[in-house]
Amino acid sequence: MVQTLTATPGQALSVGRFSDGLFRRLMATAAVSVIAVLAATAIFLLVKAWPSLSHYGTLSFFHARWAPSEATETSSKPNPYGILQFIYGTVVTSLVAMVIAVPVAIAVALYITNLSPALLRGPFSSLVDLLAAIPSVVYGFWGVFALIPVLGPIGRELTSLSGIPVLGWLFQGPFFGYSILAAGVVLAIMVLPIITAICREVFDTAPVAEKEAAFAIGATEWEMLRIAVLPRSRSGIVGASILGLGRAFGETIAVTMLIGNNVLTIPHGLLRAGSTMPSVIANEFTEANQPFHLTSLFVVAFGLLLLSLLVNVIGKRIVGRVSEHIA
Amino acid sequence: MFRKTTITAVVAVVAASWATACGSTSNIGASDTQAAQAGQICGQQAAAKPGYPRAIPKIDGGAKTLSGAGSTFVAPVMSVWTKNYSQTDGVQVAYQSIGSGGGVQQVIAGTVDFGASDTPMKDSELAAAKFGPLLHIPLTLGAVVPTYNVKGVATGLKFDGDTLGKMFAGKITTWNDPALVALNPGTTLPDRPIAVAHRSDGSGTTAVWTDFLTKESPAWVQTLGGPDKSFGKDIAWPVGIGGKGNEGVSGVINQTDGSIGYVELAYALAQNLNYGQVKNKAGNFIQPCVATITAGTQGIAYPPDLRGSLTDGPDPNAYPITGTTYGLVYQNQTNTAKAKALVNFLSWALSTGQDEAASVNYAPMGKDLQSLSLGQVRKITLNGTPIAP
Repeated sequence: MVQTLTATPGQALSVGRFSDGLFRRLMATAAVSVIAVLAATAIFLLVKAWPSLSHYGTLSFFHARWAPSEATETSSKPNPYGILQFIYGTVVTSLVAMVIAVPVAIAVALYITNLSPALLRGPFSSLVDLLAAIPSVVYGFWGVFALIPVLGPIGRELTSLSGIPVLGWLFQGPFFGYSILAAGVVLAIMVLPIITAICREVFDTAPVAEKEAAFAIGATEWEMLRIAVLPRSRSGIVGASILGLGRAFGETIAVTMLIGNNVLTIPHGLLRAGSTMPSVIANEFTEANQPFHLTSLFVVAFGLLLLSLLVNVIGKRIVGRVSEHIA
Repeated sequence: MFRKTTITAVVAVVAASWATACGSTSNIGASDTQAAQAGQICGQQAAAKPGYPRAIPKIDGGAKTLSGAGSTFVAPVMSVWTKNYSQTDGVQVAYQSIGSGGGVQQVIAGTVDFGASDTPMKDSELAAAKFGPLLHIPLTLGAVVPTYNVKGVATGLKFDGDTLGKMFAGKITTWNDPALVALNPGTTLPDRPIAVAHRSDGSGTTAVWTDFLTKESPAWVQTLGGPDKSFGKDIAWPVGIGGKGNEGVSGVINQTDGSIGYVELAYALAQNLNYGQVKNKAGNFIQPCVATITAGTQGIAYPPDLRGSLTDGPDPNAYPITGTTYGLVYQNQTNTAKAKALVNFLSWALSTGQDEAASVNYAPMGKDLQSLSLGQVRKITLNGTPIAP
């Protein structure tokens, strides 16, 4: 301390320059290591999955029947480890979550940013953010004991829709609570704070002048939001949804507790038990003792990584295009 | 030592005669048939504490610690054993309940002093073992019970293997199916769909359950595509909701009206689930309890290495869905202190330890299986020389 105080300006500057360089290098290392960790994870998963991939052939995993008990050391046909139903479950639960969460999140964010009394804005925002702080196992727990009893009668009513052509497929019974639907509803609540938070930021950037201009030409509150806030927020909303989707794709424990864990094949509709890529891994890895069982779970994990990357790339592209369109 | 043995033997004889003398003390659906009467030996303490003498006296010079890993099924018993054994012989046994598969892997690699598995090791696994031949030593008995949650239906519903098999195969889909009604005259069964609950993780409990279904239900075997696919720790369940662990399955059952699943008896009791009686080979409907589980393995013929099935026993009082956890130990040990400690612990577990199983709703082994188990312990050698005197 004393040293620094008595040092000449030149010395202090050189120390500063040195630490500047060190700082830059540290930051660069951190940045590179993030990429390295991602690459290392992907390579690790691929190496672990390799015995299965080479034994059965990569393409043979793209069918919808997972039956580890039918695997043998020698035979490679048919491949008992089909993973299409897990991809289906992951995508469909996440879509259910999006269908519920995105409109609600937009409404909540609009209310907080534009409609609520100024005094309530702070507390209300923190409350929504707090939803993100709840551990997912608690969501699962809540889902089993609070959501499923409530969903029971609703779901059984929904099964009466199964007579409708085409769309009726979604509502085939019997409904026992544990289902794609239950997992989707809890996922919706889990992704709500993420989407809301980003939407809030986005809506806040709408210029006050434009909002006031909208009111000046006689717009109602809803018209003001439609004219001045929503159009320029479209890419932000898409971005928020994609981030929410990414969260929903990887969610494991809450989904595992609610989805019913039917791994055998693609479930008929939303009201039946299904499974996702994370849920099958969580369920089976501890006792994966069948031939090629564990390595096939690594195939699922690698697939999940690829799927998540794919969604993020697509999301980024959409966000990019939409923002160009607005500009 | 001798005196104590005599006393316990006398107690056992008295208790046994009391058990046979008494009729039904169970409160389950007082059946009028003579056959049903045979199964109702529950609620009596006779079988709970067989009081087996410690046949292999403590060998001095044993290690102060032992490590084991494997079955979660046996974990409640192990935790009682390890606590009490540390007080008896002053040896700390560290048991990790990582699952039977993990236990087998660890014992193959030789990283633990003993493993524990609910299913016998496969030939390929035995061949992979690092330090030579392994012994299978049955440690205690447990039951897998059909548990259900049907509004308005009390505990003690009657099932047989074929009906259970058809329910789990998705062939019987409502509670008022004629097959279930025929088994339960006098009980009103609702017209409600059956929600099947099963394990989503590989499990010895599943293996015991499906072993019984495979023996008793041709419909189950046919649906699964043959006896090699209808039995095991992993099953390609054609219907149902999967729950992880016993607690996952009991959670599904608790939350779902019209559900049926299978859990260990101890879990069903702890969760206060309704559980059924199951028809055994002798044709009696048997309530699962400590006494009927012990009876479950009476009269079963075992192969010399004890790698057999324990379900569907011939005894009239046998609860038919019973299983054991095998202690897995290398026959030839090389570490003197560990070898002595291992023999001490196992012989204690097979004697005094048997009396403690009932406190956590597991059952002591019957005399025939217990002596076969002890025979396995006597086979343990130290560099080729038997350890037990």
